[in-house]
Amino acid sequence: MQYLLMLYADESRWSQMTPAEQEQGVAAYGAYTQALKTAGVLLGSNRLQGSATATTVHVADGKSQVLDGPYVDSKEQLAGYYLIDVPDLDAALAWTARCPGASHGTIEVRPVWSM
Amino acid sequence: MDRAARARSTADAVARRSYGKLVAFLAAAMRDVAAAEDALSEAFAAALADWPLNGCPANPEAWLLTVARRKGIDGVRRHRSGETAAVQLQILAELDEAASTVMDDAAIPDRRLALLFACAHPAVDAGIRAPLMLQAVLGLDAKTIASAFLASPDAMGKRLVRAKQKIRQAGIRFAIPARDELAGRLDGVLDAIYAAFAEGWSDPGGTDVIRRDLTAEALFLAGLVAGLLPREPEALGLLACMLHAEARRRARRNADGDYVPLAEQDVALWDAAMIDEAEALLLRASALGRIGRYQLEAALQSAHVERRRSGRTDWTPEVQIYDALLALSGSPVVALNRALAIAELQGPRAALEIVDALAADGRLVDYQPYWAARAALLARIHAFPEARDAYAVAIGLAGDPAVRRFLQGRQAALPR
Repeated sequence: MQYLLMLYADESRWSQMTPAEQEQGVAAYGAYTQALKTAGVLLGSNRLQGSATATTVHVADGKSQVLDGPYVDSKEQLAGYYLIDVPDLDAALAWTARCPGASHGTIEVRPVWSM
Repeated sequence: MDRAARARSTADAVARRSYGKLVAFLAAAMRDVAAAEDALSEAFAAALADWPLNGCPANPEAWLLTVARRKGIDGVRRHRSGETAAVQLQILAELDEAASTVMDDAAIPDRRLALLFACAHPAVDAGIRAPLMLQAVLGLDAKTIASAFLASPDAMGKRLVRAKQKIRQAGIRFAIPARDELAGRLDGVLDAIYAAFAEGWSDPGGTDVIRRDLTAEALFLAGLVAGLLPREPEALGLLACMLHAEARRRARRNADGDYVPLAEQDVALWDAAMIDEAEALLLRASALGRIGRYQLEAALQSAHVERRRSGRTDWTPEVQIYDALLALSGSPVVALNRALAIAELQGPRAALEIVDALAADGRLVDYQPYWAARAALLARIHAFPEARDAYAVAIGLAGDPAVRRFLQGRQAALPR
């Protein structure tokens, strides 16, 4: 089954980190991504630009509304994702717990709707 | 304190003191864990409605048992019919007499061990035994248990319900097994308690409140079993092993919350009283003359402690214990740890040969300590690029941020 791991994190934390800490953080994600690849479960992943770069679009009555900023204005924002293919939810949760994002933020795990 | 607050605090105190005993007593009589839990929770609800009006009873446990029994009878009448129902009603009727003569909670027969044996019965799926014990004996809710075992609350709830159905439908007995099968069945109980302890032990950063508590709960269960079966050496061995691990908890993290390996821990931070207790248990166990996995695990902990305290550099005792443990369990994790002890005795190359051979066992591919051990051994023979790669794999598999930082530190310290 495919699961999307959505990584939510407090964006202000990143800018408060020292360059050495940032480098260590990036390396931890790199190692985690490699572990997913080696296990043959990774379908895709990306880190997103900060929520200040977000734009939302909504079309109502044929008119499009474009707004600056993220959809939900909260302290913890979607920061990236992993799409993985594993046998069941327990396996997905085991991988989620290993993600560095699980210790400095919160990860939402959702099964992909299979067509 | 007003009457409602007093009722609530009395109910809380009873739940803390006697929940497991009450559920075990009811479950053994009703031969149904879920029905016992339901009846008791209805009794607690009734207490919170009644006690503020009529005052707290002198013996709240007996009050709860009487009400739970009545709720149990209602439940049987509603859900069952025929012969089984008649038997159940008879049992519950007899239970009433027992409950009414109970003067304090010490007089309630302790059936918790029988309940633990039912939860760890071979007919119950091995993976659900530890969660089932935590729920039945300690009253932890499915959500708390799920989060400790990294499962979804919904799935954990369903698995717990299914396990309880199995116990009822398969007619699993709530009894301590006869002498000839006790040792074999006890393994299941001890394994489940150790599994609960290991979940608590591996908590990321030691900061998660729920997981920390699980360690204490598992220690409580191990103490309970060791206390109720004082002539079973493996029960004593498990408690000794867990106390040894617990005694070093504070030393496992430094002031910055970073992971500290055993070889670098501050011995002064170890809980000496807990270590003494573990050693005394191990001595009592060995006097009973039946060796087993948990006694060996405890002996290993004991050897590590003695080596650190005395400065002993010869690892022969550790290797010998690992040999015995490996012969008993055949576990690749034991084989890995044995290789690390051999590295101290015969050098890193001898250990690497074993570790290379272990790679063929697919079970270690996702096992972070395997890669960390491999990296450390490679570094010792100055194979730095290979060590760096092995550290990278270990870092990618680490679930504990403190361990991750520790591994990153070791990787960064490798000469370029």
